[in-house]
Amino acid sequence: MGNPAIAVSGLRKAYGDKVVLDGIDFEVAAGSIFSMLGPNGAGKTTTVNVLTTLLKADAGTVRVAGHDVARETKKVRAAIGVTGQFAAVDELLSGRENLRLMADLKRVRPAAQVVGQLLERFDLVESADKLASTYSGGMRRKLDLAMTLVGAPKIIFLDEPTTGLDPRSRRTMWQIVRDLVAEGTTIFLTTQYLEEADQLADQIAVLDQGHLVAKGTPEELKRRIPGTHVRLRFADADELDAAARLLDGSTRDDQELTLRVPSDGESRSLRALLDRLDENMLNAKEFSVQTPDLDDVFLALTGRASAEVVAK
Amino acid sequence: MSSIATPLADSAIMLRRNLKHTLRNPVVIFNAVFLPIIIMLMFVYVLGGAFSVGEKYIDYATPGLLVMGISYGLGATSSAVNEDMSKGIINRFKVMDVSRGSVLTGHVIVTAVRCLIAEAAIIGVAFAMGFRTSASALDWLGAIGLLVLLSLAAGWLTVGLGLAAKTAESAGLAVVPLIMLPFLSSAFVPADTMVAGVRQFAEYQPFTPIIETLRTLLQGGHADNAHTIAAFAWCAGFALVGYVWSVRTFNSRA
Repeated sequence: MGNPAIAVSGLRKAYGDKVVLDGIDFEVAAGSIFSMLGPNGAGKTTTVNVLTTLLKADAGTVRVAGHDVARETKKVRAAIGVTGQFAAVDELLSGRENLRLMADLKRVRPAAQVVGQLLERFDLVESADKLASTYSGGMRRKLDLAMTLVGAPKIIFLDEPTTGLDPRSRRTMWQIVRDLVAEGTTIFLTTQYLEEADQLADQIAVLDQGHLVAKGTPEELKRRIPGTHVRLRFADADELDAAARLLDGSTRDDQELTLRVPSDGESRSLRALLDRLDENMLNAKEFSVQTPDLDDVFLALTGRASAEVVAK
Repeated sequence: MSSIATPLADSAIMLRRNLKHTLRNPVVIFNAVFLPIIIMLMFVYVLGGAFSVGEKYIDYATPGLLVMGISYGLGATSSAVNEDMSKGIINRFKVMDVSRGSVLTGHVIVTAVRCLIAEAAIIGVAFAMGFRTSASALDWLGAIGLLVLLSLAAGWLTVGLGLAAKTAESAGLAVVPLIMLPFLSSAFVPADTMVAGVRQFAEYQPFTPIIETLRTLLQGGHADNAHTIAAFAWCAGFALVGYVWSVRTFNSRA
């Protein structure tokens, strides 16, 4: 793909003397999922608000769908859809009427057909004619996202779309997001859940106190902190003893009969390790390469545990 | 799309939204239409007998009841406007590039429509209770015009109150002064029967010239020019102030 769907450079925003975004730069490739990860108050929502034309930046340039958000506001708005942190549905209207309202305001025709398709796609047909105030949290989020999709925007912003959802609804949301990307939509997603970014994102940027402290694919980020190792599980304590003597720098767990061997995770060193075990007639019952998860990365980058870990 | 057609079409879509809200909320209709009627029955049948106003009480009180009738539907509007702003749906509209004013216009028009339905009900009940008038068609036209203007003015002021309030509850309360003001006017008893201080307030507050103008029009008498001009000026002024204030507050809120 040629031009990026979103290009941000030198973005700054302050409220009074409180700097919320202190010069951030990133690009989002068209048709990809970009996840902005950060703790509460990091500036994620402020970023979304600037990118979606709700807020003016103090400095920097932001281009969305090839248009400058400050100068070509209307063109940007025509290309995007936004689902905010709080389900923005009209509670005194039914699901169908909410969607119809969007179709009317966007002049999407034939409205009834578009509305019908979205209701079906989001599994809302049965409750279509009930007031949105009677919907569960998960249904509201689905309706909210369906409303955002009226008119098939090319770029969709999701600001913490699964905060407060139960695990099942969260997985439904994830599948919907994956389907959208499969159709070529670009997704900008903010989340405080590392698992969510790990599951969905092609690229992750970690925002902390107004700075992007890391950018990359989930794998790149995990590789950035040391701690990749090989985990071997043996059948009995004798084998574990022998292996521990053989492999320098390894740490053993006698309860689990496992041995943790530091490694860079590359195929050549893995092969060398396996060859050494083989030469010494040792056989591991289980063999796995463990990379640190994003929780470790987050902690290393921001000096704080993620919301998920804190919640546990 | 032309630059005028879009806001108009957007306003029509928003009006439809607000009408559905009203129809689905029986409390709103009760407050706006039935509460003024109940108060009317109380004033005329319970209290009115004790008042000496120099004419049949229903004839004296109807103009005041009409003005008071406008204020009862307003609390619902200010709360609804406030909820729109605080519940995130406003950001959805903003990002969709819906013309900014249409969200507010929808609320104002639906408020005015609700007020005028209440007014029609009050006039109907007044006739049933023995209200008689010698007003000509032109007098009626003037009275209706004044009530429409007053409804729009109240609508814009209320939208402004709703936008400025921090919560939906305080937004609902913010209109209470508008409900109280008719009592401190010549609506139910002549101002010159009130104690000093209140009397002066009643004589100069905006509702008095509006009520007096309505009273003259509905009695088919000669309109007092000073009152008539003051009545229309107050309404136009309130509408303008409410409009400018609303648009400013709307634009400054996220």
